Amino acid sequence: MGRRKASSEGGEMLQGTLDMLILRTVALAPAHGHTIAHAIEQTSDEVLQVEHGSLYPALHRLEDRGLIASFWGTSENNRRAKYYRITPAGKKHLASERSRWNDLVLAVARVLGPAVE
Amino acid sequence: MSVRRFWQRRRRDEDLTREIESYIAHEADLQASKGFSAEDAAWAAQRKLGNKTAVRERVWEMNSLAFVESVWQDLRYAVRMMRMNPGFFAVATVSLALGIGANTAIFQLLDAVRMRMLPVENPQQLVELKIADNKHCCSGNFSDRRPNFTFAQWEQIRAHQQAFSSIFAWGDDQFNLTQSGEAHLAHGLWVTGNYFKTLGVTPLLGRLIESGDDVRGCGTPGTVISYPFWQGHFGGDSAVVGKTLQLDGHPVEVMGVTPASFFGVEVGRNFDIVLPVCAEPLFGGEESHTNHRTHWWLAAIGRLKPGWTIARAAAQVKSISPAVFETTVPEIYRVDDAKYYREYKLTALPASTGISSLRTDYETPLFLLLGITGLVLLIACANLANLTLARASVREREMAVRLAIGAGRGRLIRQLLSESFLLTACGSILGVLVAEALSRYMVAFLTTGENPIFLSLTPDWRLLGFTAAVAILTCLLFGLTPAFRATRTAPAGVMKSAGRGITASRERFSLRRLLVVGQVALSLVLLAASLLFVRSLRNLTTLDAGLRQEGLLVMGIDISRLQYTAERRAAVYQNLLEQVRATPGVDTAATVSVLPLSGNSWNDMFEIPGIVSKDHRLAWFNSISAGYFHTIETPLIAGRDFDQHDTRAATPAAIVNQEFCRKFLSSASPLGKEVRLLTGPGEPESRYQIVGLVKNAKYQFLREDTKPVIFIAENQRPAPAQGIRLLVRSRESFGSLSAGLKRAAEKVDPQMSIQFVPFKTQVEDSLLRDRLMATLSSFFGFLAAALATVGLYGVISYMVARRRSEIGIRMALGASRSNVLRLVLNEAAVLLSAGLIVGTVLALSSGKAAETLLFGLKPTDPLTIAMAVSLLACVALLASFFPALRAARTEPMAALREE
Repeated sequence: MGRRKASSEGGEMLQGTLDMLILRTVALAPAHGHTIAHAIEQTSDEVLQVEHGSLYPALHRLEDRGLIASFWGTSENNRRAKYYRITPAGKKHLASERSRWNDLVLAVARVLGPAVE
Repeated sequence: MSVRRFWQRRRRDEDLTREIESYIAHEADLQASKGFSAEDAAWAAQRKLGNKTAVRERVWEMNSLAFVESVWQDLRYAVRMMRMNPGFFAVATVSLALGIGANTAIFQLLDAVRMRMLPVENPQQLVELKIADNKHCCSGNFSDRRPNFTFAQWEQIRAHQQAFSSIFAWGDDQFNLTQSGEAHLAHGLWVTGNYFKTLGVTPLLGRLIESGDDVRGCGTPGTVISYPFWQGHFGGDSAVVGKTLQLDGHPVEVMGVTPASFFGVEVGRNFDIVLPVCAEPLFGGEESHTNHRTHWWLAAIGRLKPGWTIARAAAQVKSISPAVFETTVPEIYRVDDAKYYREYKLTALPASTGISSLRTDYETPLFLLLGITGLVLLIACANLANLTLARASVREREMAVRLAIGAGRGRLIRQLLSESFLLTACGSILGVLVAEALSRYMVAFLTTGENPIFLSLTPDWRLLGFTAAVAILTCLLFGLTPAFRATRTAPAGVMKSAGRGITASRERFSLRRLLVVGQVALSLVLLAASLLFVRSLRNLTTLDAGLRQEGLLVMGIDISRLQYTAERRAAVYQNLLEQVRATPGVDTAATVSVLPLSGNSWNDMFEIPGIVSKDHRLAWFNSISAGYFHTIETPLIAGRDFDQHDTRAATPAAIVNQEFCRKFLSSASPLGKEVRLLTGPGEPESRYQIVGLVKNAKYQFLREDTKPVIFIAENQRPAPAQGIRLLVRSRESFGSLSAGLKRAAEKVDPQMSIQFVPFKTQVEDSLLRDRLMATLSSFFGFLAAALATVGLYGVISYMVARRRSEIGIRMALGASRSNVLRLVLNEAAVLLSAGLIVGTVLALSSGKAAETLLFGLKPTDPLTIAMAVSLLACVALLASFFPALRAARTEPMAALREE
């Protein structure tokens, strides 16, 4: 009856990376799950492979934290779909995550230094 | 936040399902657009998504409170387990309900009597004033339940105290509500003007007594009535203010009604009416307490000034003691009494929980009962632990399987504990109902016509806390050990064995044996205790009190409001006695001033001229008419009874008892000797000549050591009291007799107030505490014995079941049925005797607690313990005989084939 640890959410991706990608995707325009999944897949040049199902717990969590909001609408295929849009809090979060990420990248680059052949 | 999610998780799950379906539809559209067939597109979409259920589960988990969820699961599982074992469930719930209920009930009474704050404003500031304990306190006339002060002392205290922002005094009294005939008494309080204001009581109707009402010589400014009296006597009439009540023949107007929650400051009592102290002289007449410095009838409570502690208040009142006592010495005190009197010191004691005579009388019994019920609960717990252990061994394989497939041990313990928790919860709920009934029964048990008990039994936080603590402790006590044990199994071992060995494993079994030994031991203690109380009560009821209690009717007469002079009173009593004696059905009758065994007493110092002694001699007195000894059937040993010649003109005569002779005359004949009372200045000298000697009889209480008593003749008393009691012996039923007696009294004076009570009833009322202890301790003692017997039966039956194959082999190898019978009974006997030995030691060492409550036997009384031991042994052996018989009837072939 053991429970899965909550930290495994987001698959093999770096913790929080999936959240950031989702936020960036819906920041451009409201989108539904299917669109978001493909958008992430394409914008990351299919480097970041996401099992599309794992998107939903992440969406759920973000919505709970108030970073995104959802509404049911009609999709381009004329089907019912649940759309997500970013909230002001989500925008702020995305901005701070972005700068945090940049800092991290810089820091890692500094540690690794210029490539030594 | 998460709680909201928790309640919405079902709706959210539906939402998610639709969302996932929407995804699949979109993905399938996409795949279809790439040219796949509809079927293949749908499959591809599913694959792309991954495990649909897993996604839903993960979101579901995010939405649930994991702990609540699993507890809920455990409880539901526990309910299923209980449904599968209704017998176990019933036994467990009922024994827990009795155990928890009994504990709660006793605690509730202890709480009500001892711990609860008075329901008044800031009770923690209330402090009671008293005279500090000293062996010379106090002498005079004591007339209520808390006779701490005289009126003169109270005036001085009020004038000199500085510790209290306000201070009040009160006394209790009874008032006759009827004009004539049989009395109907109201319980009243005399209070000083600031009583209600100090306590912060506001009126429900009208107004309460205020300082302006309580001025000397006020007559009857009016009365305040209690809520119950308002409901009972006036039917809750909203226009009651201004109506008139007849109190002892005085018309008194109702001023107001107190709220329902207010019962005064005496816990265990309620009042009907309240009168200001200033009205007392009007009611008391010539025997008014207010005007007599020897009448003790008031108690005092003050509210501390802000910033004052009780210690500081005690010091302040101690410092004013000389001022209070120097100025109030009773004029008629002898020199020695006056000297002691001047040395009295005042002190202050906390009164936040009110005051109570119940507290002194019932504190020890209640604590003892709490101990007894605690043990009963412990035995019930042991029983349940035993049953749970037995069930655990049945469920051994279930546990092993669960452990083997990866359940954590903690999780399993939690699950087993939830079963215990469920049982305890059911037991507690039932227990609260049991408690309610039991505490009400006890209050009703202790209530008598003379002494109505009023206790507020509404549950408070302390009671709820106690019940919860008891329940949790109970749950852990009987649930934890079995849970630990059940989950300790090594799964592999259990799975490998066929589930049952040839002989039972010793190790697991020993705990259960230990539990049974403990149960037997504890129930022996309780059984012994109950037998002690029962035998003590029997000693009291069969005690030869020196008088025959059956067939005696007490007729109480009060003429205090008829304004007779002292001379007239003597004549009225004589006339009344003659009328009563002439009533058909009356065998004999006599008057008596101190009713025997009523708790009242009258004692005084005396000397016997010609016999020198260093100490003052103290004897108890009673004033009786001729024929008294004949009526109560106490034999006269020597000399004569009083007769018509013993008038106020003749030499005062006295009759003494044997104890008097033994103590003061070295058993020499007392006839002709003289007794002189020690008197204070201004008191007339009293000398008596002893004319008779009677057999000893109990005077004040059944439990007392025989007292030296001097009887004097009522007809020779200079000032007969305002009331008198007649003892009437008759072979007729008291119901028909009292009608005739009422008519007899009406012939003397139709306005006389009369009360009847059978003598036996009054004696029995004085044994309430003993009867309560005997009844309740027997109930609990036998309950404990029954529980222990069930426990023993369970263990022996279980042992027989476990050793079925072993017994089969033994029988196959030639053991006879009686061999098997003996084998099992031996087992039972070993457990039983171990328990009995431990129990005897415990009973002997714990008996001290009951010592003060017992009469006529020691707590270590060997006969009582022997009785308890043999009773328990018989029942327990009988209980183990049935499983033994079952074992002896084992068919060896059948038992072995099962293997």
